[in-house]
Amino acid sequence: MSHAMTQDAPPAAPLNSLLSHRRMPRWAPAGIAVAAIALGSGIGAVAGLASKLQWCLIALVLFVALTYLITARVEGRRQAKDRVATSLVWACFVVAVVPLYSLLQTTISKGVKVLDGNFLGHSMGGVITTQPGGGVYHAIIGTLEQVALASLIAVPVGLLTAIYLVEYGRGKLAKVVTFFVDVMTGVPSIVAGLFILAFWIIILGFGYSGFAGALALSILMMPVVVRSTEEMLKLVPNELREASLALGVPKWRTIVKVVLPTSIGGILTGVMLAVARIAGETAPVLLLVFGNQLINNDPFNGAQSSLPYYVYEQYTNGNDASFDRAWAAALVLIAFVMILNLVARGIARWKAPKTGR
Amino acid sequence: MAKRIDVSGLSAYYGNHRAIEDISMTVEPRSVTAFIGPSGCGKSTFLRTLNRMHEVTPGGRVEGKVMLDDENLYGAGVDPVAVRRTVGMVFQRPNPFPTMSIYDNVAAGLRLNGSARRKSEIDGIVEKSLKGANLWNEVKDRLNKPGAGLSGGQQQRLCIARAIAVEPQVLLMDEPCSALDPISTLAIEDLIGELKEQFTIVIVTHNMQQAARVSDRTAFFNLAGVGQPGKLIEIDETQRIFSNPSVQATEDYISGRFG
Repeated sequence: MSHAMTQDAPPAAPLNSLLSHRRMPRWAPAGIAVAAIALGSGIGAVAGLASKLQWCLIALVLFVALTYLITARVEGRRQAKDRVATSLVWACFVVAVVPLYSLLQTTISKGVKVLDGNFLGHSMGGVITTQPGGGVYHAIIGTLEQVALASLIAVPVGLLTAIYLVEYGRGKLAKVVTFFVDVMTGVPSIVAGLFILAFWIIILGFGYSGFAGALALSILMMPVVVRSTEEMLKLVPNELREASLALGVPKWRTIVKVVLPTSIGGILTGVMLAVARIAGETAPVLLLVFGNQLINNDPFNGAQSSLPYYVYEQYTNGNDASFDRAWAAALVLIAFVMILNLVARGIARWKAPKTGR
Repeated sequence: MAKRIDVSGLSAYYGNHRAIEDISMTVEPRSVTAFIGPSGCGKSTFLRTLNRMHEVTPGGRVEGKVMLDDENLYGAGVDPVAVRRTVGMVFQRPNPFPTMSIYDNVAAGLRLNGSARRKSEIDGIVEKSLKGANLWNEVKDRLNKPGAGLSGGQQQRLCIARAIAVEPQVLLMDEPCSALDPISTLAIEDLIGELKEQFTIVIVTHNMQQAARVSDRTAFFNLAGVGQPGKLIEIDETQRIFSNPSVQATEDYISGRFG
């Protein structure tokens, strides 16, 4: 009982107690937040500030300031600093989440207008751009094929590079490889696209194709895969490698059977994030896949479309029907990336080393 | 099953730093040899040279000879992988493979070595090894549960079971009890007493009572100062080392008058 008492209702502390002090009630932060929002709105309305964003910023500043002042009066300066740090974290969290929420909300509310089975199942073939109708089927096919091809190239290369860097790489070569991976991380997507354009299409003379786009996407994907895999492999404790080696297991089998299974969850998450990154790339598609209104199932031959390219294309059409299609395609793209992330998390949880009894 | 180890003129390096210098000793088969000495004197490094685990560390290299019966571990054309199959090792911290069940942990050595065996044969070896490590009764009903879910002492016995499952000639133990409570330590010490019937055992320990309890012979290592290489001071019957050592430094260390 005494335990419950100390938790729920702190008894009034003796005045000169060393160990306890006056506490604010549990609802105090919420109360201060409400007061700050009310005050902020009041000030905003009185001063005639048009932007609600300014109201919010005033409320945020007031929230942090009020927290400090009130806590300093009631609980003391150290507790006040503690509460200010907590409220700053909360404020930053809100600042970070609001744009995300706003983005999702806008995309969903504008995207669902034309998003239906018809939209998902049809291409833009025979659709006049100013008229409603048509769909993203050809773009979904394009995105799936290009991303799959890019992953097929980038994941093995990235994985093996990371394994080399962590398990074998010593000396000059490893340093050079690390340096170039770092450089590649910073390559803008349009540059990757131009490189493949020059190399694959102009010099080697191949035509526009989904595969050419996939080549550029794989350049963007590779460093991300290398980096994330490297970090995951470094997390595997050395003791596990030594335990395996000491059993007389050859190094390559140790890597395949012990190191990779231990880190597979993280590696897959990294790969999925890399996939999500390239699924939203427009520039290489613009240069190398060319864009297409029709369904082209063959990624090796002829122009294709892709979801980000489709959004761009519909937006540049500049009419209401196209805007609706652009939003709906954007929603499909976000859903695609989100599903990938969920799948990655699921796999990571499923594959994570088990500690239960 | 057990082999004699004959070390002569062995030095081990990390890069340019010489960690141990000119060590020569004999480890008798079917006995327990304990290594004692202050931290940093090279006991663990020396232990790791006995199954070529030292060279796994970047920059690690070795000079000298380690004869396992009549084969030099560091001879030309010797495969370190084969050496480690013959000379097993148990580490300071229990390190079961986290992705594997108890069963798979014990079978890991057999399976990962690529020696194709029938399921029934592996079953038999797993049971024999777990019994050998005095763990069978505690885990026989949950062989498919993760090995990481066991207690620290059980995990260490699991690691010992894993090490003896590949039927090595020699078993090296690097402070196998330092992370364990006294009851688990007792279990492991009893186990060491049983295992020496079959294996040649070398154990590194900081616990001198433990060395006195479990070992037949004891080697004392010391270093002249920080940054100096570690050296073997003396090796003798455990009883002699602890009652009447021939070197003053050994007596100082054992009686606690040193460091």
